[in-house]
Amino acid sequence: MNSHRTGFVPATLAKRQRYMLTPEGIALPLTIASRGARVGALVLDFVIIAAGMLAVTLVLFWTLGDLIEQLMAGIEDEIGGAAELIGVILILFSFLARYGYFLGFELGPRGATPGKRIVGIRVAARDGGQLRAEAVIARNLLRDIELFLPLVFLQVAPTGAMGSAGIAGMIWFLIFMGFPFFNRDAMRAGDIIAGTWVVETPRANLAQTLSTQSAADGTSQVTGARYSFGEAELSVYGEEELQTLERVLRGGEENALAAVHAAICRKIGWEPGSGDERAFLTAFYAQLRAKLEGDMRFGKRKRDKYS
Amino acid sequence: MKPPGIAKWFAPGEIEAPPDAASAALRSDRFRLERETDWRRLEEIVARMEKGSIRRVNDADLLALPTLYRTAASSLAVARETSLDAATLGYLEALVQRAWFQVYGPQTGLWGWLRGFLKGGWSRAVREIWLDLCIALAVMVAGGVVGWLLVARDSEWFYALVPGAMAGGRVPGASREQLLDTLATENGADGLSIFAASLFSNNAGVAILAFALGFAFGIPSLMLLLHNMALMGAMLWVFASQDLTFNFLAWLSVHGTTELFAILLAGAAGLHIGRSMAFPGERSVLVAAQESGRRAAVVMVGVVLMMVVAAFLEAFPRQLLAASTDRLLIGATMLALWLAYFFAYRPRGTGQSEA
Repeated sequence: MNSHRTGFVPATLAKRQRYMLTPEGIALPLTIASRGARVGALVLDFVIIAAGMLAVTLVLFWTLGDLIEQLMAGIEDEIGGAAELIGVILILFSFLARYGYFLGFELGPRGATPGKRIVGIRVAARDGGQLRAEAVIARNLLRDIELFLPLVFLQVAPTGAMGSAGIAGMIWFLIFMGFPFFNRDAMRAGDIIAGTWVVETPRANLAQTLSTQSAADGTSQVTGARYSFGEAELSVYGEEELQTLERVLRGGEENALAAVHAAICRKIGWEPGSGDERAFLTAFYAQLRAKLEGDMRFGKRKRDKYS
Repeated sequence: MKPPGIAKWFAPGEIEAPPDAASAALRSDRFRLERETDWRRLEEIVARMEKGSIRRVNDADLLALPTLYRTAASSLAVARETSLDAATLGYLEALVQRAWFQVYGPQTGLWGWLRGFLKGGWSRAVREIWLDLCIALAVMVAGGVVGWLLVARDSEWFYALVPGAMAGGRVPGASREQLLDTLATENGADGLSIFAASLFSNNAGVAILAFALGFAFGIPSLMLLLHNMALMGAMLWVFASQDLTFNFLAWLSVHGTTELFAILLAGAAGLHIGRSMAFPGERSVLVAAQESGRRAAVVMVGVVLMMVVAAFLEAFPRQLLAASTDRLLIGATMLALWLAYFFAYRPRGTGQSEA
């Protein structure tokens, strides 16, 4: 429903547009995150994890340098209790960093790791329901075979050390790695198991109302002239043109205003003046919208100028 | 829109008043201006919830959230039929979606979930994959038998099954003393906790692999189980050939009952996903994968916990306790505990299915 409502959507975006039905029965548009954005988010996350690990290790080194040296010396019998504790902390910390980071953040209120947040994407349940802990865990446990194992095989297989088994393994895991490219929703294997997908975080600010602006009633502030359009003049355009006009008015670029002003005047047979484009367009917008919305209330919709 | 000024930081609850509704020339803009304050309040609450914990939102706002969300949702439904203002529609769609993520978002967080998990969620998930547990167990037993038989027929098989570094002194033809030596205790506890931590990290990785491979219809999971158990069978043969079966089993059982159980669970969880994708029944493959995937994920969190326990058992009691009977006692106790927890522990009240 309402797919025409989105009006001006670039083709690449339209391909990623989906609708999610809320329990209230309202279809909300969702945009599937692009694959590039997801790779970017992943790289950012790994950079953050690596930096965190480095920071922890450095702090340990600065504060407890001697003990670490003892640990690095590696003679097992001579490791003292404190050095041992540090070793344990480091090993457990790296395990936690690898798995806990993604789990903790994706279960948070934003449903996104810091990397995803920077890129502006988040994890959501595919069925429109709640994003459950099980789902987040499942999608993150599969990262091993999707990313790390293929990378290992990619390094090992060409050297021939594993023979044809290595090549077969590499192809096999490459299929997993390429999974997001084989389906429309850019789901990776973990997403399929978990019933999740990654979508763009909605973000929009409420713009000013255009019909409260001074010229909306048709009177120009500059010239004092009153623009009033007749039924015939307003019926040349439809909703799509109205939205184009809205974008131009909100954008406020003088050249665009002048161009649209000239185009409309030509279309409705007015003599285009100059210097008062904004007032003219604001008045035209308000009156066209009033007419189209009035028709809408009676169930009549005019999609664009051709209909 | 202008960025909020400094004042906004000190008075987060204040919302600037929209223009007077009567000044709007269009009916749809009046509709919007009359409701705008509610929308902005919702936006502001949602933004605070997104930023952090729910504690930063006061009770009044929290109570108002569902109402404000429904108001915004119905505003959107009305606006779609009456308004042609693309900016307002876009704003409302984004706002309702953001609010929806919060209203229907995860409600427990990690710690709340862990509590539910320990109090029945885990054991229920394990019981739900009983069929896969049986299959995986059969495969593991078969793997052990195959490993034993292969080495019994030709001891060269041992070197094919067991990596050299892992075998240590435990190879066919080793003397009884050499073998007993590998089962002996360490002199002290020094260095053992590092050993335990790295064991855990390593074993948990293997278990996660066994699970993740289940995605390929479960077959790689089973092969992994088969291979690991064949290795175990080969090792057992080496010890049995020197009449040390009991000592070896006792040595193994300390952590083995926990660790092998965990590997069994991981393999079964992987198999569960693979099986439901290969035979989804009346569900679509995607739905089947999703249901089994979430169930298996619960089992897997448990597997990681079991690996922690196993690593500590392996590092401390096994290396410090010398007597085979003591070792066997610990192993058997752990096995009994796990079995009781998974199959006898069925708390009431938390019995609702979460899948």
